[in-house]
Amino acid sequence: MTLPVETEGLTKRYGALTAVDDLHLTVRAGEVYGFLGPNGAGKTTALRMLLGLVRPSAGTVRLFGRPPGANQLARVGALIEGPAFYPYLSGRENLRVLAHYARVGTDRVELVLDLVDLTDRADDRYAGYSLGMKQRLGVAAALLKDPRLLILDEPTNGLDPVGMADMRTLIRRLGAGGCTVLVSSHLLGEVEQVCDRVGVVSRGRLIAEGSVADLRGSPGLRVLADPLDEAAARVRALVGAERVRVVDGGLDVAVEPERAAWLNAELVGAGLAVRELRSGERDLEQVFFDLIEKGTTDVG
Amino acid sequence: MWASFRAELVKLTRRPAAWLLAVVTVVLAATFTYGFPYAGIAGGTDGPYSDRTLPMLLPDRLVGNSLSGLPVFFGALVLILGVLTAGGEYGWGTWKTVFTQGLSRREVYVGKLLALAVAVLAILLAVFASGAACSMLIALVETQPVRWPSVGDLAVGIAAGWLIATMWAMLGAVLAIALRAVALPVGLGLVWMLAVQNLLSGLVAPVLDWVATVQQGLPGPNAGSLVAALGAPTDVPGVAATVGGGQAAVVVAAYLVAFVLIGGALLTRRDVG
Repeated sequence: MTLPVETEGLTKRYGALTAVDDLHLTVRAGEVYGFLGPNGAGKTTALRMLLGLVRPSAGTVRLFGRPPGANQLARVGALIEGPAFYPYLSGRENLRVLAHYARVGTDRVELVLDLVDLTDRADDRYAGYSLGMKQRLGVAAALLKDPRLLILDEPTNGLDPVGMADMRTLIRRLGAGGCTVLVSSHLLGEVEQVCDRVGVVSRGRLIAEGSVADLRGSPGLRVLADPLDEAAARVRALVGAERVRVVDGGLDVAVEPERAAWLNAELVGAGLAVRELRSGERDLEQVFFDLIEKGTTDVG
Repeated sequence: MWASFRAELVKLTRRPAAWLLAVVTVVLAATFTYGFPYAGIAGGTDGPYSDRTLPMLLPDRLVGNSLSGLPVFFGALVLILGVLTAGGEYGWGTWKTVFTQGLSRREVYVGKLLALAVAVLAILLAVFASGAACSMLIALVETQPVRWPSVGDLAVGIAAGWLIATMWAMLGAVLAIALRAVALPVGLGLVWMLAVQNLLSGLVAPVLDWVATVQQGLPGPNAGSLVAALGAPTDVPGVAATVGGGQAAVVVAAYLVAFVLIGGALLTRRDVG
């Protein structure tokens, strides 16, 4: 089965600046893939290259096994770096114009307006739309072609909390319906909630890829015991020094959570007072910052 | 290509600025070609149009009169239309939206140019229609005979006018694509059409032979020569028989083709930011 998105060594340079650097990206059919990275990491430039808007300096892009071109985009929907429409047209007229370009029936217009809950305001001029309404119209336009691959760049920008929740629901529903979704974001929670796999990009390079659980790594144990230095020495002796870190007056122990009872018995048996023992699942935000920091160091 | 043409036609016909330009063109054409000259004749006053006589405003002069604004003001207005048509996509950032719909950039571009050419033709026909109405009104008021140009002359006039107006519109479009903007191309285009061309032909060409030679290859003087060959009054700015009508038509057509090719090359090869 051909991959919806496959890049090899994708690079974009603007003079001395390398916006995207040797990017190897693979998005599998039917998955919701999160493209995660801080602002300015090169996410949008990479997505523009996928869509043929920007010519790569090096490397290749393949959508469903072929280079991006007009025909390959016939079933690819995209919202890149914010919505862009004609301000003097209404939302409905804008979609009808795009339906002409996309050679799809205008019956799709009503369907996608309904999907993004914009039917009631569809005859208002686009210039009068709020940021959230513009964003929803952008998503409606991306869905116009009933896409096999949907590329959404920061789709929840400008949406209120309800709109963000609706957008996440819509993305999950599209993914469940067999549509491959590539969604870029700098919001960890958003990616965590909707994505099957995540690629983390920093300074134009893909520095980690996998499921959210993979990226979190083993959850480990968090131990609060007194006295701390004796507890640390005891745990190091039990599981190995490299698995123990003293953090914020407690111990982060890199062992399976199932060993909590055993560890507790060992510490209590050694005469130590255990105040707290719990699964120490790493916060995704911490994972993200660790990865970015590591990526930055590597690049440096 | 036809998908793009339909989409572009919808965008143009729904755009208030396009209608404004069309109305301004028709009103200016009627006012300066018939209104002011007739007022001067009726009042018997001296002025810039005092050498116009009543026969010059009658229906049989429709072709020349309708084409007379093309070298300058009509041309300037369709140049603005060309800039708006292509440059608006940069201003609103809508190229990325259009280019990801599944058509090639070339198809989008050709569809846009065809729609622009159709809009230019519609404005030109409106100018002819308003000219016909004005000249017939003058003939009726002055109890003069109403004789229309032959169908052949009318067809040649409309074809030549369409060629010139489309050339100016494409100049606007190519400036907008080259500069990826609206304001600067409009400014530069108007400075060229309204100031530089007139300065060259009026002040520089009479004293420098090589400028006089060079301007025979420029779009403005050739547009002026073509409409002069078709009967446009030579007291209108920009209208002068600098070269023969046949050569003028070829040069204007060559500029049209060049503008289309340059705009297409730039649009299809450059990144869409």
